[in-house]
Amino acid sequence: MKTLRALFQYPSAIIGGILIIFLLALSVYAVASIPYNEAIRLWRGGEAVWYDHPKMAAPTWWNLFRSADEKLSETIIVSSSDESVEKIYFDTDGEIQDVTFNLTFDYKYNEFPDDITIFLSSTYDEKKPHANISLIQPDGEEVRIASLSAESSTTYILSQDKVLTRRLGRILPGHEAVLAVDPTDENSLAQTGTYTFVVNGSLFEAESDLDAELVVYGDVYGIAGTDHRRRDISVALLWGTPIALIFGLLAAVGTSLTTMIIAAIGTWYGGWVDAVIQRITEINLVIPVLPVLIMVGTFYSRSIWLMLGVLILLYIFGGGIKSYRAIFLQVKESAYIEAAQAYGASGPRVIMRYLVPRILPTLIPGLVTLIPTFVFIEAALNVLGLGDPILPTWGKVISDANVNGALYQGMYWWILEPAALLMVTALAFSLLGFALDRIFNPRLRGM
Amino acid sequence: MSETTISVESAVEEIEEKGDVFKSILRVARYMAIRIVTLFITVLIGIYLVVLIANMGGYVDEIRRGAIREEISMRVYMDPSPEIKQLSSEEKNALVAEQVAIEERRRGLDRPFIIRSFTFLTNAITLDLGFAEDLVSDSGSKQVRLILLERLVPTLLLWGSFSFLLFFTALFAGLFLSRRYGSWLDKLVIALTPTSSAPGWFYGLFLILIFAAVLQILPFGGLVDAPPPESKMLYALSVLKHLILPTMALFLGNVFVSIFNRRTFFLIYSQEDYVEMAKAKGVPDRLLERRYILKPTLPPIITEFLLVVIAVWYGGVITETIFNWPGLGRALYSAIGNFDTAVIVGSQVIYAYLLALTVLLLDFLYAVVDPRVRIGEEGKRA
Repeated sequence: MKTLRALFQYPSAIIGGILIIFLLALSVYAVASIPYNEAIRLWRGGEAVWYDHPKMAAPTWWNLFRSADEKLSETIIVSSSDESVEKIYFDTDGEIQDVTFNLTFDYKYNEFPDDITIFLSSTYDEKKPHANISLIQPDGEEVRIASLSAESSTTYILSQDKVLTRRLGRILPGHEAVLAVDPTDENSLAQTGTYTFVVNGSLFEAESDLDAELVVYGDVYGIAGTDHRRRDISVALLWGTPIALIFGLLAAVGTSLTTMIIAAIGTWYGGWVDAVIQRITEINLVIPVLPVLIMVGTFYSRSIWLMLGVLILLYIFGGGIKSYRAIFLQVKESAYIEAAQAYGASGPRVIMRYLVPRILPTLIPGLVTLIPTFVFIEAALNVLGLGDPILPTWGKVISDANVNGALYQGMYWWILEPAALLMVTALAFSLLGFALDRIFNPRLRGM
Repeated sequence: MSETTISVESAVEEIEEKGDVFKSILRVARYMAIRIVTLFITVLIGIYLVVLIANMGGYVDEIRRGAIREEISMRVYMDPSPEIKQLSSEEKNALVAEQVAIEERRRGLDRPFIIRSFTFLTNAITLDLGFAEDLVSDSGSKQVRLILLERLVPTLLLWGSFSFLLFFTALFAGLFLSRRYGSWLDKLVIALTPTSSAPGWFYGLFLILIFAAVLQILPFGGLVDAPPPESKMLYALSVLKHLILPTMALFLGNVFVSIFNRRTFFLIYSQEDYVEMAKAKGVPDRLLERRYILKPTLPPIITEFLLVVIAVWYGGVITETIFNWPGLGRALYSAIGNFDTAVIVGSQVIYAYLLALTVLLLDFLYAVVDPRVRIGEEGKRA
């Protein structure tokens, strides 16, 4: 309680506390809004999960930094199964039945969309339905787009239709040419207004049916944008928070507590126990942490929990043991320890009841400042391509961005978003640790 | 007046020290000998563990055997020459087995891993680093020693400039701030200290973003321009240009906490009784700083600094990856990716030796510079 009151005297502790509360709230929100399995599905589910997301799209707020006529387009999805879309069936002659429907959308941007794709799906026994697609532009002109036979699922991508591109002036790729004010001008902008894709299907069987979903891929998506695989980055940002916090906390607590207990055991029993512990510490100093982690990750498994275990193992016998040993050597001589021995306390009892609790408070600031260190190690492993194969993490987003040249291509949000969260984590814990250090080490107070 | 008092004091100290000199030297020598032996054993065990991990406890040998078998059977079965083509499949299999045995013997794979691991260890310790499996040096050699030496130059360049910059910035800024204790500049540095909890590579991302992507005044990464400039002068300038961002990244990741530590350290030391005493005697500020604060604090400062440099050195893999810097760290990383154990063990041996030398140097410095550290006695206890 006294500590808490003392903490409020340090602005750094207050800021740190607020940031930590923010991170905790974010974690709770992540876990509550996207259950674990759902998060894994959204992150690793495959094309079927994210086919209608644009590729490498900026977050929606990116538009705030752009002038009114330079706004990037948002994704538009129109499906024939929507209620607003009416499907009209009519018989032409006995066998053949026709179906027609309009996929209408408003386009209000001068910038072109990332791409336009029509996903056709059909049911049939033997004869595939045939689809004719055309587009009615805002000025009423009708452009023939494509004519294709629809298998149970067919994807038609306008940007990749070479015939369409050639027909519309050879300069702009298909998806831009159909929207352009002047398809023969290289610098043409998109025409705003209402567009209608008209799908005319010929069904050759009585039970046969045809459906279509139009996706006009935008250049912005959601609160965090998307990555090279069309995944929503916000999933990784949200779920990365609890993972980073748990990883950092477990590693920090695991290493500092164990280190302290081992140091206490060494100093209490002395002799060969102490000598062995000292030698292990020295050997461990020779073994570099990051390369060993890389080796373990490459050779054995990239699971985050294995990494955590190895990390703790490598850090337990770190430099901390030496400094704790120095403190315990002093504490060991105190009168109350002698008293404990006099009433017949056993070695383990002295260690766990009298030695460790005595210096536990001094451990806290170090522990708090240690958390970001481990969070960054986890991110570093990701950047080296050794991240956990399943979990979405901040480091993985940075790694993907780095590998896909986000910085070269001006997709700054891709790196800045996870980096900002990492920075917040680092600042939060080190600000708090900084204040705690002052409280528990009075010698520093006022400096 | 005050000057003479000091010289008398130091003269007395000197006489007392001289009587002890011979004893001290003996003690230091004995201590150093013990330290060298224990450090060597430490390095030995450490390297052996690295050998075990880098070979996956022998599993890498299995991978190699499989690769050899596959390569040789491909060669035999695809051989277009008529003599081999007309062989029956059993004869071909026999031929494969024979050639596999020869190749395994050539690479030493016929002996059990435990024995091989000790050969690896002795080779590593004697710096006989052998040949790489995949990696090749720029000159085309597969000798691990040459590969690592070639990569050592960029690494030392980066680490040299970073260490130099950090050490002197932290020392002088710390000294300066401890004098201006409580000023707005002091408060600013304190406020910025938490930024050091993020590592250098992290700042590297921001630096690349600002200076390479947005401002486009510095390169994204690499060692020199491509193609490398002809003249030596321009080459050096190009390297310098590429050196700025990685050095700054490492520097930013460490500088504020280092300045803060120095400053606090100096502040604590300037409250020691003997400093107060000297101050009371009217010793001028400069002299006070040099003789009463800097001199006694130098050993711990050097220790801490070296430990920081070593820690950062280990983290070099990632900084070098971010900046595409062709140093040891990158070599290690690609070696691990290719299961190239010879290079992995080789670079770890170099790390281990560097570390052991540093520790030894520190012990020695402590013994020489700071008479308060009675290492001889501690040596007996440990």
